[in-house]
Amino acid sequence: MGEVSLIDVSKRFVLRVGAEAQTVQALSRVSFTVRDGEIVSLIGPSGCGKTTALRIAMGLEQATSGRVTVDSHEVKGCGHDRGMVFQHAELLPWLTAMQNVMFGLEMKGMRGAGLRDTAGKYLDLVGLGASRNRRPHQLSGGMQQRVGIARALAIDPKVLLMDEPFGALDAQTRETMQEELLQIHARTAKTILFVTHDLDEAVLIADRVVIMREGRIQEILQVPLPRPRGDLGVARGTKEFAETRYHVWKALHAAAPTEH
Amino acid sequence: MTQIADSKIATADQDAGGPRRGVPRWVITLSSVAILTLLWEWFGRDINPVFGSYPSAIADAFLELVRSGKLQGAMLESLQPFVVGYGLAILFGVPLGLVIGRYRVAEAALGIYVTAGYAMPLVALVPLLVLWLGLGFAVKAAVVFLMSVFPICINTWLGVTAVPKSLIEVGKSFVAPNTVILRRIILPATLPYIMAGIRLAVGRAVVAMVIAEFFTTISGLGAIIINSANNFDTATMFVPIVVLMVMAIGLNGLIGLIERWVAPWQAEIAGRDRE
Repeated sequence: MGEVSLIDVSKRFVLRVGAEAQTVQALSRVSFTVRDGEIVSLIGPSGCGKTTALRIAMGLEQATSGRVTVDSHEVKGCGHDRGMVFQHAELLPWLTAMQNVMFGLEMKGMRGAGLRDTAGKYLDLVGLGASRNRRPHQLSGGMQQRVGIARALAIDPKVLLMDEPFGALDAQTRETMQEELLQIHARTAKTILFVTHDLDEAVLIADRVVIMREGRIQEILQVPLPRPRGDLGVARGTKEFAETRYHVWKALHAAAPTEH
Repeated sequence: MTQIADSKIATADQDAGGPRRGVPRWVITLSSVAILTLLWEWFGRDINPVFGSYPSAIADAFLELVRSGKLQGAMLESLQPFVVGYGLAILFGVPLGLVIGRYRVAEAALGIYVTAGYAMPLVALVPLLVLWLGLGFAVKAAVVFLMSVFPICINTWLGVTAVPKSLIEVGKSFVAPNTVILRRIILPATLPYIMAGIRLAVGRAVVAMVIAEFFTTISGLGAIIINSANNFDTATMFVPIVVLMVMAIGLNGLIGLIERWVAPWQAEIAGRDRE
């Protein structure tokens, strides 16, 4: 099982602008559930609170009110039941790909021979078995993010939380990574919450799209594309994709603030 | 995909590790030293030997000191408190800097002393230290320690505050305990700063060593300086000075090598490739 819920989550923080303190309402009573094995993408303009929601789900930030549950158990702080994939991979630059994956496993308490085997298995899963002894700066952006995904998957979390993981990659690499993520999902059946600002990506990979605006959920949309989606180039050509994409596009533009 | 990635890395490697064209660095350094030495020799010979000296005279004095065994003896005498004081400064300064940089309370409580200590006019305090620790080995090691511990500590402290928050969050998201975050994320991320601090401290430790030898029991290289200055033997006086500067350069190079060994990723990332 792996089901994560945000229940009535609000987040307020104080921003200091010069001498005056402004209170920013980053999230207002946000509730949604990512069901077991489901991929939900969280989309919205920058500043809409999507990353804050993800970070609260991970436990990296505390909600001002509301709760986060994993499989109906309330969670406080970070836990091994959730695996985080960061926007810029955030690999430890002094460790090899292998050691980076092992780091997560060690923190989970794994010791001994199983450590290398498990880390190697997950590097193979993301197609990086041959580069396991390279350090992050010897890997391309896409390869770094694969290690980031392997590191998060290796601890076998119930839920994978991904914060714009492909946002910094070039368009071609991004498409490959999207397909590979779906293949990994097909094999591992992980529950995934995926933050993105890329409209196509949000629709292509997700079962449902959560559209956010100014700290609130504007709409939750079912994506009618079947699984497995295989070649995403083909999926892009379907009528369902075009319609869903248009729907999300309209919602986002309706959400765009009118004042400039 | 793999192909795209691999070709990218190939170009990156060429940029970072490709052979540099032009004159090798050591040739430039050596030429610079040679020119300066020649100029000094040329103009130095015209100066009254009490007021100044010149390289060949210093070299003669150097050989004389080596032949008599005085230089080696003085060197050995000086290096002992230097090594102990400098070593303790590293052992003490690095952990202290890590703790001050990491913990708000430690920073607020102790940071002020470290900042103040860095600017402490140590020479003025040497007489007091002599009262506490006597005139021998201990006070010399203490002076070296007090001069070098603060730059090491401050650099480590600054290094910790410069660690990207995101790397610490990696530790947090995998539920790493605070001690593990400090040891396995903050310490390695801070290593380049620590090494820079250790390098800066070399110069101060050398100065401290000589100060200690001047103001406590006159001994070691400091003694050679003072005694030859009192005898108006300026060439001999310059010998320990040059030896100490050469030693500092050597230590700096050694620390650079150690840095490449303990933090090889840093040199690889930076590329160390400048115009």
